[in-house]
Amino acid sequence: MEYAIEMLNITKEFPGIKANDDITLQVKRGEIHALLGENGAGKSTLMSILFGLYQPDIGEIRINGEKVTINDPNDANKYNIGMVHQHFKLVHNFTVLENIVLGVEDTKHGVLSLDDARKKVMALSDQYHLNIEPDKLISDITVGMQQRVEIMKMLYRDNEILIFDEPTAVLTPQEITELMGIMKGLKAEGKSIIFITHKLDEIKEAADRCTIIRKGQYVATVDVATASKEEMSEMMVGRKVNFNVEKGEAHVGETALKLENVSYLPKHATKKVLNNVSFDVHKGEITCIAGIDGNGQTELVYAIYGLLNPTEGKIIMNGKDITHETIRQRTLDGMACIPEDRHKHGLVLDYNLAENIVLKNYFQEPYSKNGILNFNKIYEHARELIEKYDVRSGEGPNSITRGMSGGNQQKAIIAREIESGADVLVCVQPTRGLDIGAIEFIHSQIVKQRDEGKAVLLVSLELSEVLSVSDRILVMSEGEIVADVKPEETNEQELGLFMSGSKRGVGYEK
Amino acid sequence: MRNRPGFKVFLSSLIAIAVGLLVGFIIIMVTNPSQGIKAFGILAQGGFYKGLRSTGDVLYYAVPIMMTGLAVAFAFKCGNFNIGVTGQYTMGAFTALFLAIKLEGIIPSAILWIICLIAAAAAGALWAFISAVMKAYKNVNVVISGIMLNYIGMLLTVDWVKRFIFDQAKARSYTANIAVPKMGLDKIFPGSSINGGTIIAILVCILAWYILNKTTFGYELKACGHNVDASKYAGMNEKTCTIMSMVLAGAFAGLGGGLTYIAGSGKALAITETTLAEGFNGIPVALLGANSPLGCIAASIFIAYIDLGGTYMQACNIPVEIIDVIVAVIIYFSSFSLLIKSFLDQFMDKHPSKKDQKKLENEGGSE
Repeated sequence: MEYAIEMLNITKEFPGIKANDDITLQVKRGEIHALLGENGAGKSTLMSILFGLYQPDIGEIRINGEKVTINDPNDANKYNIGMVHQHFKLVHNFTVLENIVLGVEDTKHGVLSLDDARKKVMALSDQYHLNIEPDKLISDITVGMQQRVEIMKMLYRDNEILIFDEPTAVLTPQEITELMGIMKGLKAEGKSIIFITHKLDEIKEAADRCTIIRKGQYVATVDVATASKEEMSEMMVGRKVNFNVEKGEAHVGETALKLENVSYLPKHATKKVLNNVSFDVHKGEITCIAGIDGNGQTELVYAIYGLLNPTEGKIIMNGKDITHETIRQRTLDGMACIPEDRHKHGLVLDYNLAENIVLKNYFQEPYSKNGILNFNKIYEHARELIEKYDVRSGEGPNSITRGMSGGNQQKAIIAREIESGADVLVCVQPTRGLDIGAIEFIHSQIVKQRDEGKAVLLVSLELSEVLSVSDRILVMSEGEIVADVKPEETNEQELGLFMSGSKRGVGYEK
Repeated sequence: MRNRPGFKVFLSSLIAIAVGLLVGFIIIMVTNPSQGIKAFGILAQGGFYKGLRSTGDVLYYAVPIMMTGLAVAFAFKCGNFNIGVTGQYTMGAFTALFLAIKLEGIIPSAILWIICLIAAAAAGALWAFISAVMKAYKNVNVVISGIMLNYIGMLLTVDWVKRFIFDQAKARSYTANIAVPKMGLDKIFPGSSINGGTIIAILVCILAWYILNKTTFGYELKACGHNVDASKYAGMNEKTCTIMSMVLAGAFAGLGGGLTYIAGSGKALAITETTLAEGFNGIPVALLGANSPLGCIAASIFIAYIDLGGTYMQACNIPVEIIDVIVAVIIYFSSFSLLIKSFLDQFMDKHPSKKDQKKLENEGGSE
């Protein structure tokens, strides 16, 4: 038998939605098989079925050619199926070793015995070059290392079929390269890997074959070596995808937002996180803040949006000093912000979609009058935006946002912020973790806002996004603006030098 | 679609009550096997044992815990665990009693009871306000400040009772001669202690429900309770939310104290240094009522019902202490409704009956 795992004609229906409609996935032994699909295409449902969390309505699962029934994750474990979840399942105040053995620990006379486990873990760590440090606490190690602990958990349980659910979403570029190496090493040892992602570059880099699903339906299985990125993305989205952002000339208008010598020194810190930052954001222009994560971008946005008070300097919007205004006042003055962390700041996850869509204007007419909410208007407005921005969810405006996919959560936030009618739009990493179709949509919306004469401040860590979307690039390094360049006059290499602080732009010399 | 989670909450409360009754039954059978079944029968009949009179009494006894339960539930919606409800209740009780005694004859009693209740609510609100301000501005946990304020409130009232309204003969406070009007309820439930306080309490619960679910203020409170960062980001003032939710909760508890001590049943404040049980009893009411104001109405009536049934059980030679244990066990198990709900969640998610698939429809959360 050639296939390690076969999921044949899987159909799974939930009320109102066919999450999986006749999907077939066949994974050969010793291959990396990518599962590609947009947010909400049915990838998670399919993997949940394989992992025993749901039962398929129709279809069968075969492992090594034998038909099996998987009722729960313990069954999945019995068939040597392991999964690295996107959000790791680790106990933070346990050591690495304790996490690895959790659930299958050996005991001697009722006392935990870790010696054999330690030997096995170290042997596996050497074999697969994972560099596991068994006695560190999970809370003390990096996200990349935590992911390796998750991989080690699967190896320790002798799993043969490894599922990686969007493993790269949380990693830095270096860690991604290392992960790809580890995955190839696992493949070389005969493990079968299902790699869930929507990043085409990574599929090209690591996968052998790729199964594409769209809106719950099977599209195709292709050999990665012979398929082009364009072909795969077209199959995923169902139409031609434009990798380049379509945009015309910017019609730069007057200054909408002006920062004058803004500095921020956190309490008890010795070093300024923002150091004398001054710049203008003009109407009709997309101004981008580029930089490596953690160089003051977060604090800069917080200062502009009102989540922190700068220690020095002024922030002026449309000629009005807003440095010490409340967030509510800034919102009323016409500022909108797509936040960096959509779960922390963007949404009240236990509220439904409609309640989240009015999160910033619930107190205004027509959504409420004299302090009484008008639910008819709120739901009407939500339905309009859901339609316009194609926000997909199980129950429309009644869906609890916690249960929605990341891309659709982001679309909901973007709909809310753009439709607030603000004339200064701050977007912080608006496309993080999203698939290519959603990214294209969001970029086009941002450009549209610019063309309507809004001032857009885009904060991004992705150089390709920085170069393709912006009209003007400000580079931030260690809390300072170190360069102000036009995208057409620079390239990734030069931006990299600015970002690392080894070069400074014209007018920003020390 | 929207009431489905509500149904699950309701079901789990029912199961919790059933389990509690079962365990209570076992204890009764162990302590008094010969009359056990009869005793349990009396307990289960509770509020119907003596006809309308008992039913009226159930509604009367439900008033204080309905209010304290609401005080816990309301604060919880904004993310605060209001364990200081006893202190707020005590302050309300003292204030109402004090004014009722001191102003009697000065202000006509038709108005005085209203003044007493308003003052009681204000006193409870003030007591909660102390906790709330410390929480909002200095991030002092409301559990800690609440417990401290419970003792401070209790000891202060003992001192004030001795100083201002002390009945030497009975070594406790005087009782109020005025009372909340019966509002015709004594006609419906003849012979019971019921008065208009029941109607007021139920109306206040409905008002609280309306505030939470239909107003922008309630929308803000719940948003802060769910996610304080997102609420701040959306321009809400999370300090105001914390303070207002606690102040309102305190007002509910204080009103409960007022309603209990000017009920016309001659209730007096003792000078023993013990905190009043009605406050803490609000916590199981809130839990059993799933932290919903309307749930508090049902939960407090249920607990009053069991309580009264317990009292009648003395007819079967079951000692008062054992009855207290039985009642406590039933209430205790009933508070497991949250635990049972999580079992229900698991059960229903693992075996998706086509009906209950709200979460799953959305494709999990991980994509």
